[in-house]
Amino acid sequence: MNIAVIGAGPAGIEAASVLANNHQVTLFEKEEKPLCNIRDKAFLFPDFSSADELADKLEAKLSHENITLKANCAVTAMNRTGEQWTLTTADGETATFDKVLLATGYRVFDAHQKEELGYGIYKGVITSIEMEKMIKENQIRNNMDEVPKQIVFLQCVGSRDEKSGNNYCSKVCCVTAVKQAIEIKKQHPETDVYIFYMDLRMWGQGFEEMYREAQEKYGVNFVRGRISEAASTFDNRVQIKAEDTLMGNPMTMNADLLVLMVGMCASEGTATLSKCAGIDGLYRFAQSRSPHIEDNLTSQPGLYVAGSCKRPMCIEDTIQDARAAALAILDDDTMMR
Amino acid sequence: MEKRFWNEYQKEIADDHFFYERSCIRQTFFPGSEATFLNIMRNDLGKDIYDSSHQHTCTGIGYHSDVVPFETTMTIVARLFSLMTERGYKNYVPSCVTSFGVMTELMEKWKEQPEILEKAREYLKKATGRTFELPENIVHPSDLIFKFRFELKEKMKYQLINRFTGKPLRGVEHIGCHYAKIFPKHGIGNAEFPYVLAGMIEAWGGEVVDYPERRHCCGFGFRQYLVQENRGYSIANSKKKFESMEPYEPDFIVANCPGCAMFLDKWQYTIAEMEHKTYDKEGYGIPVLTYEELAGLLLGYDPWVMGMQLHQVQCERLLDKIGVAYNPDDKYRGASGKILRAPEKPEVLKV
Repeated sequence: MNIAVIGAGPAGIEAASVLANNHQVTLFEKEEKPLCNIRDKAFLFPDFSSADELADKLEAKLSHENITLKANCAVTAMNRTGEQWTLTTADGETATFDKVLLATGYRVFDAHQKEELGYGIYKGVITSIEMEKMIKENQIRNNMDEVPKQIVFLQCVGSRDEKSGNNYCSKVCCVTAVKQAIEIKKQHPETDVYIFYMDLRMWGQGFEEMYREAQEKYGVNFVRGRISEAASTFDNRVQIKAEDTLMGNPMTMNADLLVLMVGMCASEGTATLSKCAGIDGLYRFAQSRSPHIEDNLTSQPGLYVAGSCKRPMCIEDTIQDARAAALAILDDDTMMR
Repeated sequence: MEKRFWNEYQKEIADDHFFYERSCIRQTFFPGSEATFLNIMRNDLGKDIYDSSHQHTCTGIGYHSDVVPFETTMTIVARLFSLMTERGYKNYVPSCVTSFGVMTELMEKWKEQPEILEKAREYLKKATGRTFELPENIVHPSDLIFKFRFELKEKMKYQLINRFTGKPLRGVEHIGCHYAKIFPKHGIGNAEFPYVLAGMIEAWGGEVVDYPERRHCCGFGFRQYLVQENRGYSIANSKKKFESMEPYEPDFIVANCPGCAMFLDKWQYTIAEMEHKTYDKEGYGIPVLTYEELAGLLLGYDPWVMGMQLHQVQCERLLDKIGVAYNPDDKYRGASGKILRAPEKPEVLKV
């Protein structure tokens, strides 16, 4: 069986490595290197293990003789002909496969859309992606290259937000902010950290413990409330306005950095290819056949889905989902024989 | 600003042939501004703009304070539109941002619910026998000054440059809520980063002050000032803005709303009396201008003919910085040539 996997993130690589034990797999990746969305992280929740170590382990799986990695090779269209799928790449080449696994993943919400929060306007306003880079490089600095005295996180930027058109929960931002807050306190114990939230969704194993530890051991402050606007101050810091909805008080405070916890959205590849294949779902994500035992199947024969191209998903769930997708492909193949 | 959001929020602004609607209150607060606007449009830009003597209120303040019912407002606005229709115009220019807000709201309402538009036609017909057409383009006068800001710059005698230091003058801009906060799409630059006034300041050589409370209310919120007992809320809002802008040492404030300009001007006197506090180093306060006055000054209009002596914070220090020629002896000279009685001087705010 000749299988195409689109996307060399954790889902694509994990699924490819399972499928490659019995089949030829071609793995398409639009970027120059695989696993960009893991390599840009420092540590992973909930165990604070190294993101690079995980990426190295996943990347090692690509050395399998039955896997052909096509990097810098974006798939732009896919069409079903008979029992097979034909993929077209950005440089116009086509190739035909028996099965296709869509693992095109996510992109983060474009924080420019929340204009009131000043991203791209005020230098002290950054995203969680940029904060992760600072943590990784041990360079947490404000825009005057000083160690920040006060850092404010804002949850749910571009998720659970009717105004931006994304009503869904992005699932990983709550725990990511807690993880980043702990990392900041580890590097700079004197920095005050505040997390503004709507409600904290600590759904995973170890998450609640992290949340407690952030408060009890590291002194991270949690404020229930939304930030309504950000502005630059005279001394180049960021002024935020918010309401503490537990205390019932409006509040204004200044911070060196405002970190916007940007949610997961469908990547351009996810949106384009799922629409092209007729499996486009809510919020431009790909739609599986059903959320329970057919979550890796789609309405199209021979086309499967895995990971965060379906919905926001953390890395551990993504890897499990990828294995499930590989199993679904192998099951289908067995049944056809 | 790193990203120029306003570039993404433009709107259609007609080029010529406008029907002008005056404001109920602007001629009291800033008596020469509307005349200045008409002069700029007609004499400096050569545009056709009609100023009807039959116009009346849009009911905006009454409507927003729940005194005037929606149906009444709708019918009265319909009559204003009938005046425009009768004169053969299709582009409507209301002087007041609240009128602008009321009209854009009605246009949206009528677009979404055509049966309500039919009601408006019916009410107007029954009450006055009149009919009306919908305007093809409704813009605020500040939109027009913005649109033609570079043409005007070519005709200007002065720039927003401090002639003593050679540096750009620092301007605080404040747009009225009803300009862009009801329908952000109808405001140049949208509601979060409005550019209509900032664009004028930048085009004419000045520098826009981006201070933390830039988007905060000026204190003209109707429910804050209509009831006298509530006016503490109004002045508290203005005070918050002044304190926020003070470190930037602005040379002037410019607004496109009757109330914003009025309160930001008058409350400086009140705060000075109450707390012995002024918001410039010398104790004169920060001059507050309408955008017509700002344009008029730079074009060389006489500040006293524009009525700028009626401001609470006096404007001579700004005129001196720009280099505007003016005769101090004419400040309180009436149109007849007779010297009118000068107002009393405040105890704290220097004039």
